[in-house]
Amino acid sequence: MDFVSGLRCRECGRTYPAEALHVCDFCFGPLEVTYDYEQVAATMTRARVEAGPRSIWRYADLLPVADASPVDLGAGFTPLVRADRLAAELGLGELWIKDDTANPTGSFKDRVVSVALTKARQLGFKIAACASTGNLANSVAAHAARAGMDSVVLIPHDLERAKVTMTSVYGGRVFAVEGSYDDVNRLCAELTSEQPEWAFVNVNVRTYYAEGSKTLAFEVAEQLGWQAPDHVVVPIGSGSQLTKVAKGFAELFQVGLLDEEPAVRVSGAQAEGCSPVATAFAEGTDAIRPVKPHTIAKSLAIGNPADGWYALDAIRRSGGSCASVTDEEVLDGIRLLARTEGIFAETAGGVTIATLAKLAAQGVVRPDERVVAMVTGHGLKTVEALTDVVGPTATIAPTLDSFAEAMAAESDPTPTARSLR
Amino acid sequence: MSKVRVPAQLRTLTGGAGELVIDGSTVGEVLKALDAAHPGFAERIFDDEGGLRRFVNVFLDEEDVRFLEGLGTPVTDGQTISIVPAVAGG
Repeated sequence: MDFVSGLRCRECGRTYPAEALHVCDFCFGPLEVTYDYEQVAATMTRARVEAGPRSIWRYADLLPVADASPVDLGAGFTPLVRADRLAAELGLGELWIKDDTANPTGSFKDRVVSVALTKARQLGFKIAACASTGNLANSVAAHAARAGMDSVVLIPHDLERAKVTMTSVYGGRVFAVEGSYDDVNRLCAELTSEQPEWAFVNVNVRTYYAEGSKTLAFEVAEQLGWQAPDHVVVPIGSGSQLTKVAKGFAELFQVGLLDEEPAVRVSGAQAEGCSPVATAFAEGTDAIRPVKPHTIAKSLAIGNPADGWYALDAIRRSGGSCASVTDEEVLDGIRLLARTEGIFAETAGGVTIATLAKLAAQGVVRPDERVVAMVTGHGLKTVEALTDVVGPTATIAPTLDSFAEAMAAESDPTPTARSLR
Repeated sequence: MSKVRVPAQLRTLTGGAGELVIDGSTVGEVLKALDAAHPGFAERIFDDEGGLRRFVNVFLDEEDVRFLEGLGTPVTDGQTISIVPAVAGG
């Protein structure tokens, strides 16, 4: 059984039963799952978690749905990698990468989708749907196939090719919308009113879906030996992941799985071409002004972030920061992580690493802190971004002479394609 | 006259109708006329200062009115105004 006590509006406090609701009927504020934490605390122990499956479902007691056989491709329990070489380059001390590229469809979205579709199935939905910048599309299509559900996925028409192929291969319906992600999102929000029998994972079942991101915090703490880090750097698209990571650490303490109350500084990472939260942070305002995104980090290109205000609040309350980086810095970040730690991240991961580098240089992320950076998607999804940026050292004939010539040219100090960028 | 699309959460105010035809020369005027025709809209979509609530988005022909002139955005005959809950996506 789950420990959900109901849903509650984050704005006005009105309460609702745990049904397919995502906003307050009165003020349109977001609904949040509430739990009976006393019951969770009485049930959930470190030993119980450690004996659980090697997936997000080991933390089922703090998830909004209980199911003996969830809709599951194995999301979660991804590696937490000690990143000493990257730390040395950035002048940091203890740095870890949460490598969520290792999820079944290559991004953290598998966490939220596994939760959302398990709950949707329990609520009686037969069709899974979403608005997506790509990673969610991949994950919804795959998990729906796994669950034997039909899927309807809406994406902007100009997504990276790998994300489109990787969505379409699962056999569901895929609609490429001539517009931005914010247009797709608005269309899906309207469709939800017309198609109430569809489970739009990030609209009408968003309340449950979002809870899946808490597992990032749960895993980090468990993998650090049931300790919270001092500082986490999290990319911001809608702001939901960052908000839920902060909530995850707090919940672990609340139910007695952490000995000390965590004081995790939470910092946000955005691309300069879509940085409404970083802008509000820099200006010291509460208002998130929507923007028209223009960045290679398409998975974060949400100009009107639904949880932007809550992300900003979580950052400020925790003593964290929020910064944005240029597309060029994003590409540098991707290559830096790959070169130092052997992890190939998508553009959103480049945003995180470049922002980490920036905050480290500013002294905001400090060498005396235990730091975790969330790398949330695989580089193969956005290879286009690196076209003409990286490539073979040389193209040679299959002869020893040709190889020797190319090797000699490589040690020549004149710039090569590789060292130019 | 413009078409106003109403989300499921507000259809209790319209007797279930998802689409209405309302008169007005700005987005704000149309929404106020909507409240006059179907009382209850104003307190649900406007805040205490008369602006849009934080979690309500209003679109004029697919464009967020915050990118236009807000509630003062002029409306011409045949345009569509959509009221959409903001909490979605990502």
